[in-house]
Amino acid sequence: MSLARALKASPTLFRVGFAGAVAYRAELLVWMLSTTTPFVMLALFSAVAAEQPIGNYDQRQLGLYFIATFIVRQLTGSWAAWEINFEVRQGTLSVRLLRPVHPIIGYAIENLAAIPLRLIIVIPVVVGAIAYFGAGWLPSSAVKWAAFAAAALGGWLITYLINVAIGSLSLYIESSVKVLDVYLVLFFVFSGYTIPVDLFPGWLATLGEWLPFRYQIALPVQILTSAHDTEAVARELVRQWAFVVGLLVTTSVLWQRAIRRYGAFGG
Amino acid sequence: MIDVRDLRKHYRVHRRAPGLWPAIRSVFSRTYETVPAVDGITFEIAEGERVGFLGPNGAGKTTTLKVLSGLLHPTSGDVRVHGHVPKDRDDAFLREIMLVTGQKQQLLWDLPPADTFDLNRAIYDVPRAEFRKTVDELVDLLDLGSLIDKPTRQLSLGERMKCELAAALVHRPRVLFLDEPTIGLDVNMQTVVRSFIRTYNERHRATLVLTSHYMEDVAALCPRVIVIDKGVLAYDGSLEQLSRRVRPEKHVVLRFSREVDAADLEGLGNVVTREPASVVLAVAPADVTAVVSRALARLPVEDLTVQNPPLEEVMSELFTRSRVEREAAS
Repeated sequence: MSLARALKASPTLFRVGFAGAVAYRAELLVWMLSTTTPFVMLALFSAVAAEQPIGNYDQRQLGLYFIATFIVRQLTGSWAAWEINFEVRQGTLSVRLLRPVHPIIGYAIENLAAIPLRLIIVIPVVVGAIAYFGAGWLPSSAVKWAAFAAAALGGWLITYLINVAIGSLSLYIESSVKVLDVYLVLFFVFSGYTIPVDLFPGWLATLGEWLPFRYQIALPVQILTSAHDTEAVARELVRQWAFVVGLLVTTSVLWQRAIRRYGAFGG
Repeated sequence: MIDVRDLRKHYRVHRRAPGLWPAIRSVFSRTYETVPAVDGITFEIAEGERVGFLGPNGAGKTTTLKVLSGLLHPTSGDVRVHGHVPKDRDDAFLREIMLVTGQKQQLLWDLPPADTFDLNRAIYDVPRAEFRKTVDELVDLLDLGSLIDKPTRQLSLGERMKCELAAALVHRPRVLFLDEPTIGLDVNMQTVVRSFIRTYNERHRATLVLTSHYMEDVAALCPRVIVIDKGVLAYDGSLEQLSRRVRPEKHVVLRFSREVDAADLEGLGNVVTREPASVVLAVAPADVTAVVSRALARLPVEDLTVQNPPLEEVMSELFTRSRVEREAAS
């Protein structure tokens, strides 16, 4: 399916994806509770920072950092790796392959369709943060908001494409759920989700510079909290989108090769 | 038109003995075996034809359907469906075909079937007016009524299968691959599904390729059958010819008004089954008239029918012969 045709079909795909996401109300509530890691980290770091700042972060900055982390994580989440693994093992990937929508586009739309649902918990957090900290921490111009939108989109694309790449591996190694576990460990360490990346010691910071994870969370967070100047934002966005392009090519090739190994098990 | 030349699909399968030690050893060293699921089959299917794919479990029927629908890449051979190479899965090909399996579903589990219909409308870019007309027709033919507004998970198996068929046909595919479409359905629902499939084929001149373990499905729907056994083509032709070739005799079924002794049946033919007041006789086609006349003259016949042997028996006989021939050849 061409991208233009996919866009034409996308309102229905989004609507159906959203309807599917809200079908189970109890599960929705449990899921909301499972997204609170940044608040746990905020409580821990704040307790430590009560005595003295940690690096450049005092209690207020830590509060803003982890609130922004929560927001960015909600906007950039993806679970495609888990979904592909499940569908390959169950043979239900066949249904997707029979439709004239490329599965990579199909999974993307389903993942994106959950974002409006996530906004239900993001908006009260933003309102609460503005009430408590004021609005001064937010981007102050349309250009800065555009930069944040680009960084959030880039962050989502990196997350999503890594997920698809890991999912594709399940066609080679039967299940890549453990690879997903390894990825999540690296993500939690290097993305800035649990620790601000500028608190890393020198060698770890250098390593993090060369990995894509910091562009998933840390960069959008830094732009949202106005932690970078314009020049640094532009430089970092270029690097982030270079990762996006690289991952897009790698993932597409990997998927095309992997899908030849699909066994369409079970029925 | 479906054109298949020397199709082969071989799987690489990991083998290991049960138990702890083989499990540990398999972590370091694995034994693989190549299994030929389909091993060089050739056939053609004309547009609008209804063809049954028959064979025992593991014969290669479903694998062939999956290759034809583009899900599996063949190991070798040339496959074309309406001029398309299925493994390329180009948009035009995917718009022309649909694979419906009795064991996998495309209906969205948590949402009503109507949502899946609408999703397919968007995916296949079906104009809204045409979509409404098609859905109305499908609702009418399959008697779906209010089913399409209930969450799929709350539908019975038969109701789901009917909705599954409707969802598969929203874009009016020209080629329909059906893999065990009546599996698990009660007799009444099987009849409904068969009748619907036949109507769809006749109304839209769609090509139909069906696999089923229910011989009634095949007998009711498919004038032509392709039989595969162990990945090899064992027969391609009409059901009638298949019966004649494998089991040429007729079954004469007699029901009596009172009990009849075995001695009274002597000289009438081979007794297939006998109960006190009924019997099934296997009779050569040329002898049927004589046997019927003799039976009517000397026995208290209340009811009489002449049938072909059951398809299940024909198939079983065919598979046995084909296995014996293969073993003899090897």
